[in-house]
Amino acid sequence: MDLIWDGIREAISLIAHGDRELLEVVARSVVISGSATLIALALGVGAGAALAYGRFPGRSVALTLVHTGMGLPPVVAGLFVAALLWRSGPLGQFGLIYTPAAMVFAQVVIAFPIVTGFTAAALGSLPPMLRTQLYALGASRWQMLWLVLREARLPLLAALMAGFGAVISEIGASQMVGANIPGETRVMTTWIVSLVARGQFGTAFAVGFILLALVFAVNLLLTSIQQRERTR
Amino acid sequence: MSARLSIRNLEVRRGGVTVLGVAELDVFDGEVLAIIGPNGAGKSTLLHALAALERPARGRVLFEGEPVAGRELSVRRRMAVVLQEPLLLDASVRENVETGLRLRGVPRHDRHARAQRWLERFGVGHLAGRSARKLSGGEARRVSLARAFVLDPDVLLLDEPFSALDQPTRETLLEELADVIRETRMTAVFVTHDRAEAARLASRVAVLLAGRLRQIGSIGEVFGAPADEEVAAFVGIETMAEGRVIEAVDGVVALDVSGRRVEAAGVAPASPSALVCVRPEDVVLGRADDGAHVSARNRLPGVVVQVTSLGHEARVVVDCGFHLVARVTRLSAEELGLEAGTPVVASFKATSVHLIPR
Repeated sequence: MDLIWDGIREAISLIAHGDRELLEVVARSVVISGSATLIALALGVGAGAALAYGRFPGRSVALTLVHTGMGLPPVVAGLFVAALLWRSGPLGQFGLIYTPAAMVFAQVVIAFPIVTGFTAAALGSLPPMLRTQLYALGASRWQMLWLVLREARLPLLAALMAGFGAVISEIGASQMVGANIPGETRVMTTWIVSLVARGQFGTAFAVGFILLALVFAVNLLLTSIQQRERTR
Repeated sequence: MSARLSIRNLEVRRGGVTVLGVAELDVFDGEVLAIIGPNGAGKSTLLHALAALERPARGRVLFEGEPVAGRELSVRRRMAVVLQEPLLLDASVRENVETGLRLRGVPRHDRHARAQRWLERFGVGHLAGRSARKLSGGEARRVSLARAFVLDPDVLLLDEPFSALDQPTRETLLEELADVIRETRMTAVFVTHDRAEAARLASRVAVLLAGRLRQIGSIGEVFGAPADEEVAAFVGIETMAEGRVIEAVDGVVALDVSGRRVEAAGVAPASPSALVCVRPEDVVLGRADDGAHVSARNRLPGVVVQVTSLGHEARVVVDCGFHLVARVTRLSAEELGLEAGTPVVASFKATSVHLIPR
């Protein structure tokens, strides 16, 4: 129990004193995972719409792959991305391995199927005749797509939450393609592991609490938007 | 009259099966055409084809004489469609009504004024700021009508817009829609499986059965003189009996129907026999010992076989050598003491008899 209290105390103290390393790691985590989520959102919404509305051969295989990808272990995603980015790998020439860019890449791989799957489900749950009605109202294809995405904005927010929640808290991929280099690729999750390995439980708890609080805050924000929309 | 919308040799297929085949159909300027038929007849498919929402496997849809293919979007922007479900967006009522105008790039202040005017015309102006999710079924239909009329379309296409509503709400909305269509002299196509709805709104009726247009004409023509047995059954003719032509004199054709003489107004059919059709509401029932004052040409004594209550009316089947179906008010059914076995006299005019050549 003491360990937890010490952790909370240390967390408060670190935050109160604006510990530079802590703030830096938190900011880096948010920037990397935030960018990865936004990129995954941009790609996943398009892919999800194609899966929901497209009629092409291999659609159900693609959908199954996406559903499988939604449960993709981060460490496996990290392994694939690392294999691509290693100096000897196909993308090795860009020298991205062990950089924040590599971590964004790996996190996009994790979040993309989640956003895609949620988007496909969200659009699939709209009334089937809605698209016909929108076309009948004079919508072009792009206007129709914009209107249905707007209509599915609440489940899309859920996609955003799920995607961000998955990548901010993953460790396998970040460790594998980022390597927890202090001042460069260290993020909250990889830092916690190294702190624990060195027996610095107090700081580990502090970072852990901040991570938890961050995820909580993001979900609180998005949930309150959902609630407000729903009761409108 | 010029045709606003036309169909020529249209064929729509689903999964390799032809679900709709219409050789020719014209919707004329200023008319209300009802497309009637049972569920699954292909009415909605036909409406979608007219609305440029369906890509036909063969044939053409013409808008003002020019093919629609290749300019679907611009044609759709000159029409409005009201579907079975209101399908309102998760937004305010006003935003919903403005959606079509926004898609056409109409400026905001213009959109506002037009939306408000049509919401008020359909009696839901006070709901403009409300979320569309919080409307009753009737209110949502009113909003969907406002959303269509606000576009000031050249053609209005309606696909059973009131089928899911309760009877009183439906009646009121039909009445209002009929008023607005009259006022605006709107060219409209109205799809329904309800004959009464069609008769109330439309000037012409097209009967669609199993994906084929079987008859098209005025309400009187289609309901009074159906082209064939299936159309007759769909438009509500309940008595259809085989008759053999005996003679045709002075515009009256006499037929032998199961040994009874039935007279029909008109000229003799080309064939020696015909299907004798009588609408149930044209048949008058009287007591067997009464009715000398009835002027109808056909007076057939018979025995009631079955009485089915339909609320304020009763459907009575009389065996007078063949089965004749009558509709009488509940009150007269009670007065006549109608029940199975009651002897009655069934009368109907020669002009109420329609003959379908066999």
